[in-house]
Amino acid sequence: MPKTLRKPLKRDVRQNLVGWSMLSIWALGFLAFTLYPIFTSLYYSLSDVVLSGTGIQITFVGLANYRAVFSTAAGFSFLQAVLDFAIEVLVKVPIITVFAIIIAVLLNQKIRFRGFFRAIYFLPVIIASGPVITQLVNQGAATIPLVEQMGIRDWIDATFVPALAHPIASIFDQLIVILWFSGVQILLFIAALQKIDRSVYEAAMIDGAGPWESFWKITMPALKNMVLVSVIFTIINLATFSENPAIVHIKDNMFALETGFGFSSAIAWLYFVVLAMILAVAVLLLSSFGKERRRS
Amino acid sequence: MDQKKLAKVRKVLLGRNLSEGIFGRIALYGLLIIIGFVYLFPLIKMFTYSLKDLADLVNPVVEWIPTKLYLENYLTSLIVLKYGKTLLFSLSVTLIPALLQTVTTSITGYALAKFKVRGKRLVFALILLTYLLPQQIYMIPKFVLFDKLGILETAWSILFPATFGQGLSSAIFILIFYQFFRMQPVALDESAEIDGANPYQVFWKIGVPLAAPAYLSSFLFSFVWYWNETYISSLFLGKELYTLQLKLLNFQSQFNLATGISQTMTNEAIRYAATILIILPVLVIYLIMQRWFVEGIDRTGVTGE
Repeated sequence: MPKTLRKPLKRDVRQNLVGWSMLSIWALGFLAFTLYPIFTSLYYSLSDVVLSGTGIQITFVGLANYRAVFSTAAGFSFLQAVLDFAIEVLVKVPIITVFAIIIAVLLNQKIRFRGFFRAIYFLPVIIASGPVITQLVNQGAATIPLVEQMGIRDWIDATFVPALAHPIASIFDQLIVILWFSGVQILLFIAALQKIDRSVYEAAMIDGAGPWESFWKITMPALKNMVLVSVIFTIINLATFSENPAIVHIKDNMFALETGFGFSSAIAWLYFVVLAMILAVAVLLLSSFGKERRRS
Repeated sequence: MDQKKLAKVRKVLLGRNLSEGIFGRIALYGLLIIIGFVYLFPLIKMFTYSLKDLADLVNPVVEWIPTKLYLENYLTSLIVLKYGKTLLFSLSVTLIPALLQTVTTSITGYALAKFKVRGKRLVFALILLTYLLPQQIYMIPKFVLFDKLGILETAWSILFPATFGQGLSSAIFILIFYQFFRMQPVALDESAEIDGANPYQVFWKIGVPLAAPAYLSSFLFSFVWYWNETYISSLFLGKELYTLQLKLLNFQSQFNLATGISQTMTNEAIRYAATILIILPVLVIYLIMQRWFVEGIDRTGVTGE
């Protein structure tokens, strides 16, 4: 009797042992390269960290670094960069999401050369590094020549107040590279579209629904979850892009004379808080939007 | 009769839905081709401009086709970038960490998929956390840690985190492997176990070979992301070690350094040539392995369930 009782227990223990032996590499790495740095970073952000020849001296200063963000020039320029990032998300995420859905729907039709087109639309994901994008934008290769030839720039400058005209104009200046950020999202939407049963469309057609109605009543509801995944992916992608001014600030302040590691750690945490808030707003907006549609 | 004919013509031209009629088809392919062209426009412009000499650059008549094949821009860029040497170093801090990261994340994914380990939920939560937390939060303590360990400004500062599954986007790769291994039939593992294989042998002899596509996709993505990453690598590799991307980032100063002329500005043709040289390795890999990239996205599991 005890033997039969012990056997499943033994298997359980063995599962745990083998499992954790395989997880141990990751667990060690997590402790050393993620968990320890997270707590140290929190401590740095509450300290004055001074680098000297002999090593680093850390003095606890409480919230002084955080207060400095809201009272010094370095802090203000970081806050400005974060604000720019928030505006960037507000503008680019809808553009990227809508564009990705349109392309996915087009590619999901019965067409020839689908693989070829898909390969083209995914290509930018492979080459879009920070320096490459910077070069393209600086040399003016990131915009469609038509934008300038048709005088869209002049029209923008004339129509909007300067505070708005600049961000809008910059969208047109880098329109192509904004679209370049949608490669992964297009594939996500295609995968979701392929899960929709074609017979649903046929049934709707027999009932007299046109392509337009089919799109809003069948396609969009099926894409709802993927829109959320895609938006989260896009936000994090933009947030971690190496030329993002906010994270450039964090690195620059590490070795700046008047700031240093403590201040940099503090703004890194603030950046994380802002990012988490943006993500939370996006998730709330998208999920409440879905619910309202269902009710109506 | 006429009514019927009209309906037939209507059907041929407009079709019953978007992609069936002739008009619909033209519009569909037209859109795909135009957008495709817009997508490739920066690359096309970059390529033609990189072949222009100074006369062609300032000549407003010469837009798309340079008057002669001019390769000087590429030769200059090759020298400025120290291409051969830099390429080797770039590969050593991209291919090797990609390989190590793929191995570690696959083992981690396998353990989570196949074994009832205690604390699995916690592990998943922590993995998700590493995806959501921006690198910026832990890079400063890591910088200090690597400095103490004496691996700062060496390739090890990139290789170590990758080895321990804390590299670039490790969380995504763990999830890919978790999904992939979970789909594998348990019956295979059990039959191997009955034949006397221990769990590690089952992983090595059955899990790994069956997951070959996941390995290839993950490795390729990992490689490309490491290739394109500059933020962390510029911090950890310091001011002496340059990858190709970092050379491009500081192209003007690199140009002045290599030519010994401090006043000349590089023209756009040279910078385009340099950019092409930097995307060339990943572009070639993409052209050959395109399928594995695209299908890799389906394996993340976010597209399923």
